[in-house]
Amino acid sequence: MTAPVLELRGLTKTFPLKDGFGRARGEVRAVDDVSLSIAPGEVFGLAGESGSGKSTIARMVMGLDSPDSGDILLDGQSILGAASLAHKSRVQMVFQNPGASLNPRRTVGQSVRVALDAHKVAGDRPARVGELLDMVQLPKHFADRYPHELSGGQKQRVAIARALAISPRLMILDEPTSALDVSVQARVIDLLESLGRDLGLTYLFISHDLSLMRNFAARVGVLYLGQIVETGDTGSVFADPRHDYTRLLLASVPVMSAEEEALRPTIPMIDGELPTAEELMALRAKEGRGTT
Amino acid sequence: MSLLRVRDLDVSFTTYGRRTQVLHGVSLDVPAGAQVALVGESGSGKSVTMKAIMGLLPQPPASIEAGTIHFDGDDLLTMRERDRLKLRGTAMSMVFQDPMSSLNPVFTIMDQLGTILKYADRRLGRARGRKGRVARVHEVLAQVRMRDPERVASSWPIMLSGGMRQRVLIAMALLSEPRLLIADEPGTALDVTTQAQILKLLKDLVTDNDLALLMITHNLGVVRETSTTTYVMEKGRIVEHGETTEMFAAPRHPYTRDLLAAVPRLGGRKGAA
Repeated sequence: MTAPVLELRGLTKTFPLKDGFGRARGEVRAVDDVSLSIAPGEVFGLAGESGSGKSTIARMVMGLDSPDSGDILLDGQSILGAASLAHKSRVQMVFQNPGASLNPRRTVGQSVRVALDAHKVAGDRPARVGELLDMVQLPKHFADRYPHELSGGQKQRVAIARALAISPRLMILDEPTSALDVSVQARVIDLLESLGRDLGLTYLFISHDLSLMRNFAARVGVLYLGQIVETGDTGSVFADPRHDYTRLLLASVPVMSAEEEALRPTIPMIDGELPTAEELMALRAKEGRGTT
Repeated sequence: MSLLRVRDLDVSFTTYGRRTQVLHGVSLDVPAGAQVALVGESGSGKSVTMKAIMGLLPQPPASIEAGTIHFDGDDLLTMRERDRLKLRGTAMSMVFQDPMSSLNPVFTIMDQLGTILKYADRRLGRARGRKGRVARVHEVLAQVRMRDPERVASSWPIMLSGGMRQRVLIAMALLSEPRLLIADEPGTALDVTTQAQILKLLKDLVTDNDLALLMITHNLGVVRETSTTTYVMEKGRIVEHGETTEMFAAPRHPYTRDLLAAVPRLGGRKGAA
């Protein structure tokens, strides 16, 4: 097996909980001993609900937060304590809300150029900007437009072009399509797939949408309360989920056909209701046959 | 006879002297006790349709140029505002989308639901004392399966989770025993596991109480889970309608086909996209 692009080893991050006067009242483990590795050209999906720690992991890989313990290796080198700019030129991120992640006072061209300038990339700027827009299938004259003149899908393409500007090794996609309509989402995902193939990109794909994950990610890790409860090849995790939380997540997905309905695992009802994750875990613990 | 009957509705907006027609001859029916979904992407006109039905369109800039909306045989567009007020929030009520911003942060749940009930009672000329209102609020909170209605009633919104707040919004809509519930993307702001619980709750409530449900959503999975009849909207027009599972199995209109093809499947890719 080739050396992984990204490797996380026992990554842990805690945040202090404070009361109304700013005094520490305890702490919350946002990320708890997370280890994973992503091979070159692979799409790795991190699935989890709010509070599972998926965004905290993304922020640490980006170098925006530092872990309490554990290590983050990019191409075999630890990024902790390394010169930050050198690291950032190898990892780029596409955020969830393209309306908020683009500066409204900059034209599309200016936004993309910021990345080139910050990393002191040599070469003809307008030509490179045109090339990048071409890569995300936007016409070159869009460089002179402002974000408010673009649709949601077009804005997200600009955000992708900006992330591609410095030819990163690893792209972190944090819910890149959750703000978009389904038809637009399908086109953005197609674009990401073809870019990944053509440029040999490696993706860390963060989402709560399991159907999307099934179609886009080759391997998946399911996060629950900061821990990876299950990881593996996406097809096999979805076909035969081992952990109760994965089963609950899959059972909760609204589906489109009877065939898909058959794919969803059945979950024991509590008082005629779907249980919450906590209730399900408690039930399993009581039965004394929790799967982890 | 349909409980809600919309016929040939044309709505336009006039801004800066420019008139734009946003609904083109929209017709739909919600029979009593039926579960109907109105699905479309952003800008398709589903929210304008919903607002026209609820009488919440600001006029101007909006104007209803043609068509009729009948509820239980009464023409909503020509009736007096006083009579319409008697229907809104009582016989027809809404479940709003965003549980974070639809509740007032400085009042307890009891304050908010109690006030709504008080004014609904007043409009309908019902006599109910304070004690009766408290009892009714506890009753609807139990109906949306809150484990401890008394505690929830005395809580402020910040003390409740997103899923519980969404339940409070459903309870709010149920206060005056409506016959039609209009749900605007309920659960989209929530995690999938919580959303699944909310959808199941809505479905159970609708069948147990023989309510009619008009579900407004962009999520085709939600449509299939909650409705038996579906209307698909595109650019202000209903392009297709029919029995939900039939339509999903064999969509006739190209737009419906594209929309269904765009949804990622839990079982992986279906053929070549």
